[in-house]
Amino acid sequence: MADVLQILPQQLVFGLALGTVYGLIALGYTMVYGVLLMINFAHVEIFMIGAYVGWGVLTALLNAQVGGLHPAWVVPLLLLHAMLVAGLLGVCLERFAYRPLYLRGATRLGPLISAVGASIFLQNAVMVTQGARMKVYMTSLLFPRGWRIQVAGASISALVIVMIMVAGLMMWGLHELVQRTTLGRSIRAVAEDRETAAIMGVNVRRVIAVTFFLGSALGGAAGVLVGLYYTQIDFYMGYSAGLKAFTAAVLGGIGNIKGAMLGGLVLGLVESLAVTFGNPAYKDVVAFIILILTLVFRPTGILGENVAEREKV
Amino acid sequence: MLRLTDVVTHYGPIRVLKAVTLEVRAGEIVCLLGGNASGKSTTMKTILGVVRPTAGRVEFEDRRIDRLPTEAIVRRGVSLVPESRRIFARMTVWENLAMGAFTRQKAPAGELAEDFERVYTLFPRLSERQHQLGGTLSGGEQQMLAVGRALMARPRLLLMDEPSMGLAPALVDQVFDIIQTINRQGTTILVVEQNAAVALSIANRGYVLQNGRIVVHDTARALLAADHIRRAYLGED
Amino acid sequence: MAPPGWLRWVAWALGLAAVVGPLLAPNDYWIGVMARICLYATLALGLNVVVGFAGLLDLGYVAFFGIGSYVYAFLASGHFGLHLPFFVVVPIVVVATAVSGLLIGAPTLRLRGDYLAIVTLGFGEITYLLLINLDRPVNITGGPSGIIGIDPPALAGFTLSRNTEYYYLFLAALALALIASVRLRHSRVGWAWQAIREDELAAKTMGINTTVAKLQAFAMGASFAGVGGSFLASWQRSVFPENFLFTESINILAMVILGGTGNLLGVVVGATLLVTLPEVFRDFQRYRLLVFGLMLMVLMVVRPQGLLVTDGRREEQEDQAV
Repeated sequence: MADVLQILPQQLVFGLALGTVYGLIALGYTMVYGVLLMINFAHVEIFMIGAYVGWGVLTALLNAQVGGLHPAWVVPLLLLHAMLVAGLLGVCLERFAYRPLYLRGATRLGPLISAVGASIFLQNAVMVTQGARMKVYMTSLLFPRGWRIQVAGASISALVIVMIMVAGLMMWGLHELVQRTTLGRSIRAVAEDRETAAIMGVNVRRVIAVTFFLGSALGGAAGVLVGLYYTQIDFYMGYSAGLKAFTAAVLGGIGNIKGAMLGGLVLGLVESLAVTFGNPAYKDVVAFIILILTLVFRPTGILGENVAEREKV
Repeated sequence: MLRLTDVVTHYGPIRVLKAVTLEVRAGEIVCLLGGNASGKSTTMKTILGVVRPTAGRVEFEDRRIDRLPTEAIVRRGVSLVPESRRIFARMTVWENLAMGAFTRQKAPAGELAEDFERVYTLFPRLSERQHQLGGTLSGGEQQMLAVGRALMARPRLLLMDEPSMGLAPALVDQVFDIIQTINRQGTTILVVEQNAAVALSIANRGYVLQNGRIVVHDTARALLAADHIRRAYLGED
Repeated sequence: MAPPGWLRWVAWALGLAAVVGPLLAPNDYWIGVMARICLYATLALGLNVVVGFAGLLDLGYVAFFGIGSYVYAFLASGHFGLHLPFFVVVPIVVVATAVSGLLIGAPTLRLRGDYLAIVTLGFGEITYLLLINLDRPVNITGGPSGIIGIDPPALAGFTLSRNTEYYYLFLAALALALIASVRLRHSRVGWAWQAIREDELAAKTMGINTTVAKLQAFAMGASFAGVGGSFLASWQRSVFPENFLFTESINILAMVILGGTGNLLGVVVGATLLVTLPEVFRDFQRYRLLVFGLMLMVLMVVRPQGLLVTDGRREEQEDQAV
């Protein structure tokens, strides 16, 4: 037991980092669910593609033998590319795969199945074009192993700190956007009552597209962070992250932005604790158990749901 | 200012509006009366482009608007206070009002401040509750918020869908007083109402809608005076 | 919508071909394919009960398939040393999967469409994880290597060995599944399912016990998968966790949707297409899932009601053909 306690601080920090990533992905789910009342199954594939884009840019930089690679400018570069691609991909998805369906007022099944189809399509598109073998992020070239600090018995690498900072910054940024800007208000208005928002003169279609862009961009950023941390990415990584990120969103309260962040943190911590004290093979089950418990005992999540009373899609 | 000519609107296979013709001139208060399911709300939705008419024309300031999307119509200067208010419960009073001014984002900050002032002067209660969530307001306060929100767009034509609904009589009088004040300040108003007496007491002219058709059209005074019309179409007070 | 008469002839013709074909043109490979079609069609009919009749989007149907297969393997192989006869094992498997249907359905009762989908998806995943990990500390499932050496079906002293024999067994089962589906659709619970599918709240106000009806849908659907699982286990003579991945759930779901959710003939057509096409396009194996995903998206946009739109009467006539 003593040695378990010894690695506990380490695991907690790791759980924190994991949690912020889950939170970022969960935000994508939650925002889209808020405005469209639909689960964007393909969201995690966008996260995966973000990771690949980051890898591509990093590899290109390394191959071009650009000197003076410092994370201070490389990481933002990776993030920018990944977020842009991810955001645009999300907008395309909404425009071509979902909009024709929810405009038609099709049954709930339609958009959901289309989302599943999109997810499978994207996953395999990457597999076919990039190969089934994993790609490697040469993180050690960016973050030398020696860059770490010692806090309360835990050895925290600079990378983890950067992860937490970046994720935290993005979440804060999104929160400010949604709470304080006109755009953010229009997103909230559309999420709450689409028809009345239209009466106010809001271009509902545009707001939905923007929501998809933002949510997907965050997912793409999460992809880069995960790539940097785990150094190995493959076309299947979205799938394993999917259930967990969704659990985080539901745990915090679907549609609720603060909830998604909180849910992510809680899930990350609980999962790393479960791995520390339990059987690592079943770590994916932890997320699922939390999901079931939440849906059965407190379906609105910790901070409460934030969706319209009227059914939408 | 607003003109509907032979407007026909369907909900699926059902013809809800059957050749509705009405007119609202600048500066007037016109009321549209009728019982349940007469097509009053549908008329409002048709004007605002929430539903598209199957036939006929809707013109605002001599330009056709029946093919335009809602946001374009709102930008032209038409604002709606929806039935049952439909304020954003999860936003504060201030944010609701700000949403009302959505189409005026390009306006200089000074103008917007004026508009907030105007609304707060009309509805002092809202000023007190600026940072409260809309959902925590009482029914009457929500109605004021809904009206204030519509005013933030500086509409030239204000549509109001059953403003008296669900309000205690004292509040109803208050609301209709405010409607008159707004009109005197220069806004043209089209009110849809079931409560004929109160609506006619402030209106210039009135139309009566029954089963999707205009059956009576006269000045408000004439409508109030004509007993048989009151009883036949408007029900007893 | 095609006139019933025309399609009736087609149904008869297909039914005839199905029965007589293998005797006239004994190509072992293609008979094997046809056997697989029957197997998957049975599975798809089961999922059709849950998704098509009751409107519950189950994304983890493969769990029942897996449970059915493994229970068969437990009871009729060297793994636990049990070698129970086919006609004893199959009913046990059916009961076992029906029970698992109840267990998996129970937590989902109060959930809305999307949540239901995710939770059932999760259950499918959990099942896979259990199948692949339950070989420690006690070896229950055989882990990643699965269970091999499963007994083939032995019916009245006659042991199945050739594809043709399996084919006729599966075909008979498919026929039974079709008949069962028709009966279910027009039964009291079938009407309840339809009401729930259209508007659950309204169904409740009409006095329908939606809880019981939904559980029944899960149990019935799962039991079809139990039959399918028994067949897979006894035909393949082995079971592996890899047989029961999430993509298989989606595969079966696609069969249901492609043909037109709720439409029985359509489900069979869907199964036929989705089993045959990969065979035909073997060379393009890599792109199979890619096209599949694309197809789902396009299908939803272009023709959400499926390839065939028919009425229920013809199903009964098709039965008789089979």
